[in-house]
Amino acid sequence: MKKTEATPILSTRGLTKTYDGVNVVDKLDLDIREGICFGLLGPNGAGKTTTIEMLEGILPPNAGEILYRGKPADKHFFQHVGIQFQHTALPDFLKVNDVLNLFSRFYDSPMNRDELIAWCNLEDILDRDHRKLSGGQKQRLLLALALMNDPDLLFLDEPTTGLDPQARRNFWELVRSVRSRGKTVLLTTHYMDEAEQLCDEIAVLDKGKVLTQGAPRTLLNQYFNGALIRLPVTNFSGAAMPAEFKDAEQQGDFMQLQATQVDATLSKLIASGVSLNGLQVESATLDDLFLKLTGHELRGE
Amino acid sequence: MFWKRFLGVFTARNLEFWRDKESLSWNLIFPLVLVAAFAFLFDSDDRTIVTVGVVQEAQTQDQNTNGAILVPELASLGFVEQVPYENREQALRRLQQHQLDLVIAPQEQRYWLNESSPGSALAAELLSARSDAYAQEVLTGQALRYVDWVLPGILAMNLMFSCLYGVGYVIVRYRKNSVLKRLQATPLSAFEFLLAQVVSRVWLVLATLIVVYLICNAIFSFVMEGSYLLLILLAFMGSLCMAALGLLIAARTRSEELSRGLLDFIAWPMLLLSGVWFSLDGSPEWVQQFAQIFPLTHLLDAARAVMFDGAGFTEILPQIVILIGMTLVFLLVGARLFRWVGDGR
Repeated sequence: MKKTEATPILSTRGLTKTYDGVNVVDKLDLDIREGICFGLLGPNGAGKTTTIEMLEGILPPNAGEILYRGKPADKHFFQHVGIQFQHTALPDFLKVNDVLNLFSRFYDSPMNRDELIAWCNLEDILDRDHRKLSGGQKQRLLLALALMNDPDLLFLDEPTTGLDPQARRNFWELVRSVRSRGKTVLLTTHYMDEAEQLCDEIAVLDKGKVLTQGAPRTLLNQYFNGALIRLPVTNFSGAAMPAEFKDAEQQGDFMQLQATQVDATLSKLIASGVSLNGLQVESATLDDLFLKLTGHELRGE
Repeated sequence: MFWKRFLGVFTARNLEFWRDKESLSWNLIFPLVLVAAFAFLFDSDDRTIVTVGVVQEAQTQDQNTNGAILVPELASLGFVEQVPYENREQALRRLQQHQLDLVIAPQEQRYWLNESSPGSALAAELLSARSDAYAQEVLTGQALRYVDWVLPGILAMNLMFSCLYGVGYVIVRYRKNSVLKRLQATPLSAFEFLLAQVVSRVWLVLATLIVVYLICNAIFSFVMEGSYLLLILLAFMGSLCMAALGLLIAARTRSEELSRGLLDFIAWPMLLLSGVWFSLDGSPEWVQQFAQIFPLTHLLDAARAVMFDGAGFTEILPQIVILIGMTLVFLLVGARLFRWVGDGR
């Protein structure tokens, strides 16, 4: 990091967590700039949750340090951050209203109650037992609890896992509105579309190490040129594969070609007698990036 | 700020208790049913022997009183049990409550009978047929029924279970399902959280006990020689102690199975050996000594002393001091051991 930049809101040096002799998180160095949405991306078991829980101050690291605004976190840390866990529960028998009351009492200066309720769309469920909420409603309540203290830094651990597409999109809108208020968001996800939609910067984690880090677009441009062209394998059966497409990979029933210039590539294919029926032209996604970096899929394991 | 956070958890916990109607009704109905059952099951007190209290002056007291012949005139009667008493007032109170049939003071050549007890008249007949050396004194007094005697036991048992499980088990459940983890991620301190759990449970237990006592008393009109205020103070000290013990057990574990086992391991010996169901007076010395390690024993000793002997504050002070001491030890060790997330992660 250059000295001229402002102090990161959160940074780690050599952060390590060991379970049963295995480094689940391995000497991690991260710098998270204030005001951005930062994504920790990786498959299940990559060490995302362990990392974020150490950053949250919930899990003690085995080695390394965590700095909040350049200093180790003190007892006021929880007054300034908001946390939404992946798996969490609330005390039984409480209504949404009671839960909001409970958490508002924990903070020196809680957010305006009506504003928070409107922000997270909780008006219609205030009198509902929190155990009877739908997945999307529950995530909105948990987000409201994390936002209760109007935090500078918001941690979201796999916030949309298990939500239906509609609820996911609504939740993304909420995260964008948090981000637009100048707050820093740190989220983990194994959905690449979520990271592409929300994150200004991502770090791709695998086996406790950062594989690459940067803005999603920059990373994709760095690892992929142009677009991906996909054609059914059968289209190539009658024609000789042009020499310049030797690096084409077969993925299932499709051949995948990387094209710097799409129209030039297509002209060459036509000239070689390859049919363009079933043609797909796509930009590379983070999924492709992850596959390229690790040789295995992001989602499935 | 401390009080704001404390009140937050306290209020939430009370709401939970109040809305959990099944547990709430169990907390109220269970002791009521038990008291009623004991009242009807054990109402007829058909002892086959005559029990006589013998008041002994300190200087004449034999070093081995067990089985000693205290009143020689009654010695040949195998069905008469003689129980030595150092304190005449205590013996007379037992007579008033029909626990004794007769009280004899050999040095004073006097004996007392309770006019309202049929057994007492019979015992007086026995004595006067064998000796006319004793002068008769007459007392009256309502019988202390088994239900009177067992009432503090049942209430204390309810208190014990409610505090141990209502604090201990609930904390372990909250740790296991990550409620504690969520609370940890706020400015709430462990001390504020634990204090709110204990205070909420203690006041709910006191309220429940008072309701149960009032309902039972309206039906059975219990013997009460002492001060209700002292009794409430004792219930307060007792529930504080039990809740602290619950905290200690719940300090670390994430396993509901283990905590249930530990709570049972502590609750059941107390239930059997602290004098909930029967008096420990007749049990072996080592059992009585062993029972001293249980807070419930001290709570019940003091509660019965207030209810049946009209004991005042100074008389139950030793038990109160012991309860406070145990509470402090449980709290300090429990708070030191406490972890939000706990072992076995």
